Amino acid sequence: MKKIVQIENVGQTFDTKNGKFVALRDVNLDIREGEFVTLIGHSGCGKSTLLNLIAGLTKPSSGSMLCDGREIAGPGPERAVVFQNHSLLPWLTCYDNVYLGVERVFGGKEGKAKLKERTHAAMALVGLSHAEIKYPHEISGGMKQRVGIARALAMEPKILLMDEPFGALDALTRANLQDELMKIMAATGATTVMVTHDVDEAVLLSDRVVMLTNGPAATIGEILEVKLEHPRNRLALANDPHFVECRAAILEFLYQKQLKKAA
Amino acid sequence: MTTMTMTGDAAMASPQDSPLDAPLRPPAPGAAFPHDTQAPQAVPQPGLAASSSTNADAEWLRKAFKAILPPILGIALLIGIWYVGSAGADARIPGPGKTWEAAVALFSDPFYREGPNDQGIGWNVLASLERVAIGFGIAAAVGIPLGFLLGRFATLSAMVNPIISLLRPVSPLAWLPIGLLVFQRADPAATWTIFICSIWPMILNTAQGVTRVPQDYLNVARVLNLSEWKIFTKILFPSVLPYMLTGIRLSIGTAWLVIVAAEMLTGGVGIGFWVWDEWNNLKVEHIIIAIFVIGIVGLILEQCLVLLAKRFTYETP
Ligand SMILES: Nc1ncnc2c1ncn2[C@@H]1O[C@H](COP(=O)(O)OP(=O)(O)OP(=O)(O)O)[C@@H](O)[C@H]1O
Ligand SMILES: [Mg+2]
Repeated sequence: MKKIVQIENVGQTFDTKNGKFVALRDVNLDIREGEFVTLIGHSGCGKSTLLNLIAGLTKPSSGSMLCDGREIAGPGPERAVVFQNHSLLPWLTCYDNVYLGVERVFGGKEGKAKLKERTHAAMALVGLSHAEIKYPHEISGGMKQRVGIARALAMEPKILLMDEPFGALDALTRANLQDELMKIMAATGATTVMVTHDVDEAVLLSDRVVMLTNGPAATIGEILEVKLEHPRNRLALANDPHFVECRAAILEFLYQKQLKKAA
Repeated sequence: MTTMTMTGDAAMASPQDSPLDAPLRPPAPGAAFPHDTQAPQAVPQPGLAASSSTNADAEWLRKAFKAILPPILGIALLIGIWYVGSAGADARIPGPGKTWEAAVALFSDPFYREGPNDQGIGWNVLASLERVAIGFGIAAAVGIPLGFLLGRFATLSAMVNPIISLLRPVSPLAWLPIGLLVFQRADPAATWTIFICSIWPMILNTAQGVTRVPQDYLNVARVLNLSEWKIFTKILFPSVLPYMLTGIRLSIGTAWLVIVAAEMLTGGVGIGFWVWDEWNNLKVEHIIIAIFVIGIVGLILEQCLVLLAKRFTYETP
């Protein structure tokens, strides 16, 4: 399958008050088209840093990052981001938040009616048609995340980048949104990179789980292929031997191989 | 970069916390049944329902009482002290009774006009407000765009900040002679002092607002690849607005403080000059009335802006 993102020998160093801080080093990763990849690792290891690099929000200190064969020069709507804290603009309604992106991406070639239709469709996709006229502070945390996802999906990105999209949610809402996300991904087939620290979520959703070592100077420790058929069902998988195996492998990586440094 | 902080926030929040604004009335038990037909069966003891609804009323009254009583006590205390202080035979300050009588006479015709130096208190207040509005308006027109520029361009900010730091602590009245010299007339000179004192908070707060635009929103703008104009209208302006309003509130406060002093020096029509005039006429009760009027007008100005700020404050998660 075609490689859509190529990350080669990427390192990221931040200038801080106490001198240089090496967040990432020697990261090598290829992401195939249509693939669902999760990045997992302990808090502060550099997951968001890596995702921001793919998004183009920051530039790597060393190495090269390619998207579709071209250097990633900056952020753009073909790499939509669902932010860790949803980042909806509080002075716009949910509809207008989504419309802002739609207008930017398709405004040049499509009429107003078509843009509106796209926005409504994106809100319907995440099941929030009834909340279009609400403001972000008037809806629940899970709904905000869904609007964030709608905003990203509405731009029809080549790659969807999600930074712990369900991190701040309770287990029940989280499970619902995971199921919804699986349906949406099956329908759109977009390439997805998602940051998470939830082992079950990683195995349930991904084709590959990329495990990062602890920072500072984090890098990819292991990559696990999850060979489970789509669509997946969380109840059926609970006792699936491969699911259990994958889960155990990640847990072992996180809590045995990487625990010492984290403590 | 700035020494001006958002101290206004706490002051802004307080009025909405007043218990008077949201009297919590528990619903009367009968209210749960929307259909009249059900009511007779559902409320077999109408006496009970009635008594608990009066309980709710009593509760509400008690809360209102609690909110109103202390301020009234405070004002009564003030008037009491004033009364005692002005009671003696050789007292120089007119007492509350005498002042009240003078106030009634004064406000029976606040808008009379008998020559340029003898006009009703209403005209004087309006004249002062007009000066404040003009000076303040020009300051906003200059200061807010300048604040945006300073917030956006660090070099410009590094260039201008030392100048602002140097000039800001100077009393605006020190600028009055310059105004008189340049404009050759008293009226624009007073407006000029208002301009000077209003512009600093507006520049500094706007600039601070621009530097405080959450990085998350700017990241959204970058991912969506928004145009400069969209960034300004959809992200920069709305997130700076609350800071801007704080600047406006601070400057209207000082503007109202300064205008009284400026008018005392320049003369003409205006509440400041009126105070000085009444001092020359030795009508001290009028000066006391003016103090109250100035206070009340200032309070109203401030409250209007607090309301405005509340309207544009977004709950950011
Ligand atoms: N702009 C920056 N300047 C300096 N250090 C930074 C910067 N951004 C991130 N870091 C550091 O890089 C490391 C990785 O941060 P990052 O945000 O990528 O962690 P994370 O894996 O996303 O954590 P979490 O799961 O808590 O979100 C941290 O130690 C952090 O302090
Ligand atoms: Mg993170």
